[in-house]
Amino acid sequence: MQPVATTFFFYLLAGLAILGGVLVITRRNAVHSALALILTLLSLAGLYLMLYAPFVAGVQIILYAGGIMVLFLFVIMLVSIEKSQKQEQFNSIWLVGLLSAVALGGLLVAVFVKGKELFPERMALPPEQSNTQAIGIALYGTYLFAFEMASLLLLVAIIGAVVMAKKRI
Amino acid sequence: MATISTLHYLVVAAALFILGVIGVLTRRNVVIVLMSIELILNAVNLNLVAFSRLWGLQGQVFSIFVITDAAAEAAVGLGILIAFFRNKETVNVDEVDLMKW
Repeated sequence: MQPVATTFFFYLLAGLAILGGVLVITRRNAVHSALALILTLLSLAGLYLMLYAPFVAGVQIILYAGGIMVLFLFVIMLVSIEKSQKQEQFNSIWLVGLLSAVALGGLLVAVFVKGKELFPERMALPPEQSNTQAIGIALYGTYLFAFEMASLLLLVAIIGAVVMAKKRI
Repeated sequence: MATISTLHYLVVAAALFILGVIGVLTRRNVVIVLMSIELILNAVNLNLVAFSRLWGLQGQVFSIFVITDAAAEAAVGLGILIAFFRNKETVNVDEVDLMKW
């Protein structure tokens, strides 16, 4: 099956993702930032689909946009008081932060310009087999230990979050 | 730009990374700092999946682990934020200075 209108969809999804990123870091209201981050996450899921990674796209939508962002919105509703919206938006050392980020951006631009021949121009179309099946075989075969460690990490995170948010331990 | 090569995806990932770094270093609201950290993690994920297209399935498996890790870290970070908010009634990073000299 041949892909259709690749260039248009790439620029549309990339533009939406970067627009969402800019809105996250500039909005005064935290709920607006959370909604912009959801826009970025969904555009990234579309980009993963363009990169022939449907399982990662599904995991991104279900876990990230449907789990983590809901958690963020609940906590915003718990802690955001109107006072924080009327105050200053940027912290006291914002200039140093901005300059460091610009320096990092310059470094990345230098990497892309100098190393342009390292990244191949055309990518081959992957074979038409089930991506989810291959990832399942990899997760339960080669990466079984990391998989079990990830479940242990999630257990520790659950215990930690519950203990931290309790009123009295 | 006739064909979309790997470099296009890497540039998008780098742009999202820079936006996340600016958000972490400049914003005053702790929740927005945590959301900028999620932006950084998503940029890394895009990088991993873009290279996985060239070099095999390991990039996608790694990105699944990154998403799992981000979920755990967001839960614990927001728990810390709730505990801090209960004590000090503010979500301002400039006021997290109890351990300053």
